[in-house]
Amino acid sequence: MNESGSEDARSDGELESSIRSRGWIFAGSGKIIGVAMLLAVTCIATSRFTPYFLTGYNIENLLRRTSLFGVISIGAAFVIMVGGIDLSIGSVIALVGCLLPWLLVQQGVDPWIAVPLVLMLGPAIGLFHGTLVRVLRLQPFIVTLCGLLLYRGIARGITADQTVGFQNGFKGLRSLVRHRFEIPGVENFAIPATLVILMVIATLAIVFLRTTVWGRHMLATGRNESAARHGGIRTGRLIILAYMVCGGLAGFGGMLFILDVGSAQPADFGNFYELYAIAAAVLGGCTLRGGEGAIIGVIIGAALMQVLQNAITLIDWIPDTIQYAVIGGVILAGAVADELIRRTMARRRGTIA
Amino acid sequence: MLLEARDIVKRFPGVTALDGVSLRIEAGQIISVVGENGAGKSTLMKIIAGDQVPDQGHVLVNGSPVDFREPRDAIAAGIVLIHQELSLADNLDVGANIILGREPRRGPFLDHRAGRKVARKALKTVGLGDLDPGRLVSGLGMGTRQLVEIAKAMATHASVIVMDEPTSSLSDRETLILLETVERLRAGGTAIVYISHRLEEVCRISDRVEVLRDGRHVGTLEGDGIDRDSMVRMMVGRDLVAGDLRSKVAISSEGPPRLRIENLRTRRFPGQVIDFEVRPGEIVALAGLVGAGRTELLRGLVGVDPVITGRIEIDGRTVSIRNPADAASVGLALVPEDRKDDGLFLQETIADNLVIADLARQAWGGVFRDRNRERRLAGSLVRRLGVRPARLDITAGGLSGGNQQKVAVGRWVACEPRILLLDEPTRGVDVGAKAEVHALLDRLARSGAAIVMASSEMEELLAVADRVAVMHDGRIAGELTRREANEAAIMALATGTVRPRPGTPDEEAAA
Repeated sequence: MNESGSEDARSDGELESSIRSRGWIFAGSGKIIGVAMLLAVTCIATSRFTPYFLTGYNIENLLRRTSLFGVISIGAAFVIMVGGIDLSIGSVIALVGCLLPWLLVQQGVDPWIAVPLVLMLGPAIGLFHGTLVRVLRLQPFIVTLCGLLLYRGIARGITADQTVGFQNGFKGLRSLVRHRFEIPGVENFAIPATLVILMVIATLAIVFLRTTVWGRHMLATGRNESAARHGGIRTGRLIILAYMVCGGLAGFGGMLFILDVGSAQPADFGNFYELYAIAAAVLGGCTLRGGEGAIIGVIIGAALMQVLQNAITLIDWIPDTIQYAVIGGVILAGAVADELIRRTMARRRGTIA
Repeated sequence: MLLEARDIVKRFPGVTALDGVSLRIEAGQIISVVGENGAGKSTLMKIIAGDQVPDQGHVLVNGSPVDFREPRDAIAAGIVLIHQELSLADNLDVGANIILGREPRRGPFLDHRAGRKVARKALKTVGLGDLDPGRLVSGLGMGTRQLVEIAKAMATHASVIVMDEPTSSLSDRETLILLETVERLRAGGTAIVYISHRLEEVCRISDRVEVLRDGRHVGTLEGDGIDRDSMVRMMVGRDLVAGDLRSKVAISSEGPPRLRIENLRTRRFPGQVIDFEVRPGEIVALAGLVGAGRTELLRGLVGVDPVITGRIEIDGRTVSIRNPADAASVGLALVPEDRKDDGLFLQETIADNLVIADLARQAWGGVFRDRNRERRLAGSLVRRLGVRPARLDITAGGLSGGNQQKVAVGRWVACEPRILLLDEPTRGVDVGAKAEVHALLDRLARSGAAIVMASSEMEELLAVADRVAVMHDGRIAGELTRREANEAAIMALATGTVRPRPGTPDEEAAA
């Protein structure tokens, strides 16, 4: 079988090692340099404008919020990687976030039943979306837009639009999220439990995407579904799986958020969170065309969103009212810069990307 | 002279599509242009209709040179090209399609009544006076759509209508109506340029036939001189190439066939049944003209498109295939025709493209990827296939067509398929790479795989195939052994000019 003798066939080792090995943790990380730099610049700028930014308390708070948003952003990244979109994330958060205290407090359901129940809701919703997208071939945008309205409406209906909360109860359950791992000798700062949760989920996601056959197949599906199908990949299942991961993490995130803050108003709990998640995923290198993405980048993207919000709150001369405008402007600038860099690189390589 | 193309030259990267071709068209004539796939017919028509700009040569209208930059220039000069894939908007009604882009207005508003009038008048010219202009195009059959397309051309006061394969997806009855309409237009003074692989039609309606081959004009037939045999002879023309790749291969007839198909019916040709078998180590070529149903057969076999009925047996065992993943799991794979959209991940590396179909087998426990094994596999494939440049880390999109094709084939070589199907494996591939792909197929067959290769290139068919199955109108019109196969025999079957062998289902009486 060996066709040696071809002049430009290289020796064994040379050819194989021509693949730059970056290790799988940072695989696909070429795109995260940009967002990491944007995050660094934002942090440095903010710390120069306000002394409160680099305080232990503030950093801990940022880590906790980033972790919570990181979880739902990873879910959004999965759907975007297969070329889909999920606009219902915020409403799933509202549904799960309101159902949990409602079940526990208003209905007196045992936590061992209530928690698994609400956690199953997310993947079930994802399965529903994925099936509509794959089997009925509906547009993901429409399916999840309807989901956005549907689950918010259900949450408000079940709770009669009344604020629900734990009312100082369920301390044990809440400490799963509220717990702080103190560092000996360090005051005013502790590692929030949510960070540990995020790291576990991120590790699982990275392992899945970078080390398993399924993860590779999922990215291939997002890259070119037709080619993936021709290549013998069961693309339908993988797309449905991506929606289930997204719904599942949105539901799980909803539980984390409610355990963290303690009470929720059904009308606005989780509002716009899908947009934060999608923005974080895109900042982190997932193009909406699918097929790309690095989990590390997504987490950095989520952090950037939190730092921006934090900066607006802390810096006196930025009115809080223009918060959305600032976030939108920074993301847009990042996207434009990213695209310009990509084009320049593509031109330099002489390929049409 | 109404329209004239003079000494047209058109080059594409790696190929000269037209090499000094001229064509003259007068009012009230039907001129047919025939030739094998790739002879340059479509390119010539696109140049006449302003869809492409010639590298050399001129188009003249009424004796004066014109410079068409885009189709609207040609349309303004009275020349309309009706594409093989019709360009009607499904979601609009018939009337709106006919006046599309030239809607009569009253001030800023559409003048519906005037529009309807124009549409009705145009429909009448093609014998569709009864068709309600308010009907949606999506509800019309292919034949009616083709006529509406002509009506649309007539509404622009076209003096020359170019029709590219207008009957390829029409039934016999629809074809008849179309031909009558074309003849009626000729009687009304319109010039028609007619392109068709169906030589019977060409014989029937043409005043003159121009034959192209390999981008050159090779002959003209007029009046009584137009007959099928002369056309086929001119179209095929070149010296028969005796390939020697497979001449000494003997196919064993013992044991069950590697692949057997019974009663297969595809969506595209629901009325046609395909029965077919391939033996281990055999290379069968599927010949046929564009639209003969070769791609549909191959896609149906691996489950890309669902088939209506059909039993597929591999090594004597019936298998159920609903998608390409099922097919791969029983050792059946397709290298698709469109390698850029269906075959490769252009933005991914050569290595990733080579191993994607075999990932699970290379992985620990079928789940966790073993990158070292993947790399070794990719490396050995790159060497075996002779991919140039011999690298793993550049994207597939950066490779030449031939090397892309090696990667697309190589992906399945890795999986050691029992049956490999290939759809136009060397289209757009240069001569050297073509020979390498052929040698690769030969080696695969010698290692026991069965190979079915759809190809439109005669030389390739004759050089590589142990047997040629010729398709026409969705069925296998006949099979030729390596010894029987020659260009004339294949063309005769492909154009439907010989009766199929007794016993082959045949619904239409061949003329």
